[in-house]
Amino acid sequence: MKLVTFRLFLLLLIAASALTGSAFADEARPDVSGLGSEDLAEVTRAIVSIGKSSSPEAIEILSALEAGQIERDSARRVFLRKESGELVPLTGGSPEGTTKKVTLNNVARRTLGETLARLSLTASDVNVRRAAAERLADQPDPETVEFIRSLVEAEKDAKTKGFMDLAIAKVDLRSPDRARRLAAAKAIIASEDISLVAELKAIVGKGPNSYIEPDPEVRREFSRALSTVERRIVKINAISNTIYGLSLGSVLLLAALGLAITFGLMRVINMAHGEMLMLGAYATFFVRERLVAIGPEITEWYLLFAIPFAFAVTFGAGVLLERLVIRHLYGRPLETLLATWGLSLILIQAVRLVFGAQNVAVANPEWLSGGFELMPALVVPYSRIAVLLFTAIVVLFVAYILRGTSIGLRVRSVTQNRETAAALGIPTRRVDTLTFGLGSGLAGLGGVALSQLGNVGPELGQQHIIDSFVVVVLGGVGNILGTVIAGFGLGIANKLLEPSVGAVLGKIFLLVILILFIQIRPQGLFAQKGRAAESA
Amino acid sequence: MKKLYELFSLASLLLLSACKGPGEAPSAEKKEEAPAAEAKKSDTGPIKVGILHSLSGTMAISETSLKDVALMTIESINKKGGVLGRQLEPVVVDPASNWPLFAEKARELIQQDVAVVFGCWTSVSRKSVLPVFEELNGLLFYPVQYEGEESSFNVFYTGAAPNQQAIPAVEYLMSEAGGGAKRWVLLGTDYVYPRTTNKILRYFLKSKGVDEADIMEEYTPFGHTDYQTIVSNIKKFAAGKRTAVVSTINGDSNVPFYKELANQGLKATDIPVVAFSVGEEELRGIDTKPLEGHLAAWNYFMSIDTPENAEFIREWKEYAKAKNLPDAEKRVTNDPMEATYVGIKMWAQAALQAGTTDINAVRQAIGGQVVKAPSGFELTMDGKNHHLHKPVYIGEIKGDGQFNIVWKTEGPIRAEPWSKYVPESQNKVADWSFPWLCGNCEQAKAAPF
Repeated sequence: MKLVTFRLFLLLLIAASALTGSAFADEARPDVSGLGSEDLAEVTRAIVSIGKSSSPEAIEILSALEAGQIERDSARRVFLRKESGELVPLTGGSPEGTTKKVTLNNVARRTLGETLARLSLTASDVNVRRAAAERLADQPDPETVEFIRSLVEAEKDAKTKGFMDLAIAKVDLRSPDRARRLAAAKAIIASEDISLVAELKAIVGKGPNSYIEPDPEVRREFSRALSTVERRIVKINAISNTIYGLSLGSVLLLAALGLAITFGLMRVINMAHGEMLMLGAYATFFVRERLVAIGPEITEWYLLFAIPFAFAVTFGAGVLLERLVIRHLYGRPLETLLATWGLSLILIQAVRLVFGAQNVAVANPEWLSGGFELMPALVVPYSRIAVLLFTAIVVLFVAYILRGTSIGLRVRSVTQNRETAAALGIPTRRVDTLTFGLGSGLAGLGGVALSQLGNVGPELGQQHIIDSFVVVVLGGVGNILGTVIAGFGLGIANKLLEPSVGAVLGKIFLLVILILFIQIRPQGLFAQKGRAAESA
Repeated sequence: MKKLYELFSLASLLLLSACKGPGEAPSAEKKEEAPAAEAKKSDTGPIKVGILHSLSGTMAISETSLKDVALMTIESINKKGGVLGRQLEPVVVDPASNWPLFAEKARELIQQDVAVVFGCWTSVSRKSVLPVFEELNGLLFYPVQYEGEESSFNVFYTGAAPNQQAIPAVEYLMSEAGGGAKRWVLLGTDYVYPRTTNKILRYFLKSKGVDEADIMEEYTPFGHTDYQTIVSNIKKFAAGKRTAVVSTINGDSNVPFYKELANQGLKATDIPVVAFSVGEEELRGIDTKPLEGHLAAWNYFMSIDTPENAEFIREWKEYAKAKNLPDAEKRVTNDPMEATYVGIKMWAQAALQAGTTDINAVRQAIGGQVVKAPSGFELTMDGKNHHLHKPVYIGEIKGDGQFNIVWKTEGPIRAEPWSKYVPESQNKVADWSFPWLCGNCEQAKAAPF
């Protein structure tokens, strides 16, 4: 709405200027001719000078530039492309040849953002002011800070004022004025802004022969600021590591859950498990492509269709696999390993032939993009939260099926003692097929989740198969709860190690610890008890 | 039991046929198995040209299109009458992203008397075929940007050395126009190319007065997908100073990395990421929304606006359509494809000039060859260090998977295979002309007569 009114306003202004003759209008309008240049440095300078002009049109022209509505022709004349498609000349004259959109680079875009923020500091809308102040507080230059200083007294909104104080403090840290330095230290303590750690450390430290901060009182205040900020960082790190660990754990668990059934319960060394993940991800891709063809409104919710579809596809693939191959190989683990490995290669190449060797794009829906800022420097992406929730739901689903339904009862009885179960009239073969289908279907659900986090390509499964086996073995074969705990445990352990030793060494350490653990406790975290354990 | 065996044979059949990859000329396959002796006797028959790119396995994503573009270029040379009045006959082999297999297949090709081999992508594959080419005196054209610190008598490098890609990119980010970065994150996948490139960059940054504390170097394993910790560390590290990220992350990990950047709210305007391994072909398979505004440095972009490039793209699209390549409509061109195209033309010119396909004669003739490249520049092969002179472009990623070129060099620049910033290599010389005759020396091999 706001944009529309502003465009109308702009239109009126332009119409008015056209009517009243050019002399007056040119004076009121900032000089935009620089925007017509091919040289991006000149465009950047033009943005700065438009921002400095006190013209009321400046903010409109710059917002139009940000929205990509400013165009230029071959003679460097600048135009505004309105929503209706009409071109409005900003430098006079009609376009020569075709017009091209004025493209910016990162520096020009940053300058544009900062210039707009400066102009918005005097806006009447509190939210606009707050956002502008926050943006400027990031890395303020002295000139902007002088401008902020002139506004800070009049600012009523406490949050906006906090950002303004912080911006001022960042420049005043090294001011020759003692009072300003003291105020800067106080502002930093109030804001708890963590970006200043390095700067504060330098200030409270010693120079070549004396303290950099000469005044002891101010120095004390700066030290206080430093310790406040450092405490904050420790807190943020602890919380973020836990959250990232849970998130990584949920991915590991979701990828491994299907294997916990096919390998854990049925003892089938299923090397094609990774390819079930891949099929699930490709099913998601397929559903999205179909929906894009039908209508863009539904596309936003493609995941709701993809989840049952992926489950159905991989369940079917699992049932086929069991019927055609694995059924003939029960009790022969080595042959099963080879056969399923061969199957995994066949599936990879088949997907490559059908969908191509290239990765395919599965764009996140809008509502899963971005994240919310829990604390400074700790953004939790929505997609990760969604995966965490999805994992919880799937685990509950599995627990319900295995513990709460008669099918689950049969599955458990068959996996614990096949002969007795058969003697009691349970159709063991059909139960085997169903169980394997369920495990594969769960892997398919894992694939849906993985498609939201990373690549979807023929090799997708290969990246997860080892981790999945690790999770299942660590958790204790045949124990779903163990798998859950192992998944989250590995995730958190990985994320606690990563900041100190790096991603590569972290992974190595984790595997070393795992090998040692398996030496001591070969049955995993949770061993099966009773007679079932011995027969296994 | 019988059913099972049937199934197995069916499966292995499927596997075999799947490994070959689509769109391959069947004639090439047959010739590949033909006895080597047959080729030797004829100096009038077709000229065999080896193509050594992975058509299956992890690298198939990138290398398959190089094979296709090589076949296209050979076809177009053949249409114009071939070289020395003889047709070129491509011999396509599949080293399957398996490094030792690269060496085996290279040996196979040379022993079949191919006149030249075009191939390899990863540095590790090049390193593994290098001894074979040197031992059997073969000729290899290597089309991909790499880490330098190498020069072989038997290899011509048509991809960029670090001073034709990495160093200009960092210089750009340091400049006012590039954002004036003061703090640097060197992020890569853990293998030889990123490690060596980052070593060179570290020395380079130090020579420009960047403090040790302002450089953060991080590596992740192959196929890493969880970038949460690294991105949040970058965010903390970047606070307070203009920061840029130099990414040598390899193929597959790029998507989760950029997705994480976008999700955590790191924008290209605040912390630009410049990548050396992300091009049009890599962007084809991903959602480019989170990548917009981030940078890549290459010696060629599909969006370069020259008549030569328009012709190259047209030729490629028509070839893709005619050969029914998958997704023919959406095929793109990229830097290593251009380098392959230029390399083949250069070899053909040299063979014509030498009047023979004899490797020693052709090698002498390649130095100084000039090809009008799709970038619109005339590229020269340096006879001394066996590297191509190349222009450098920096592009910002656009929403449609193409690049908006924001910076370029005025013309081609000469490669420096041995970096002058690294102490242990700054005195080394790659010069295959008299009196040096050496790719890795601090002193000339020969003495003047």
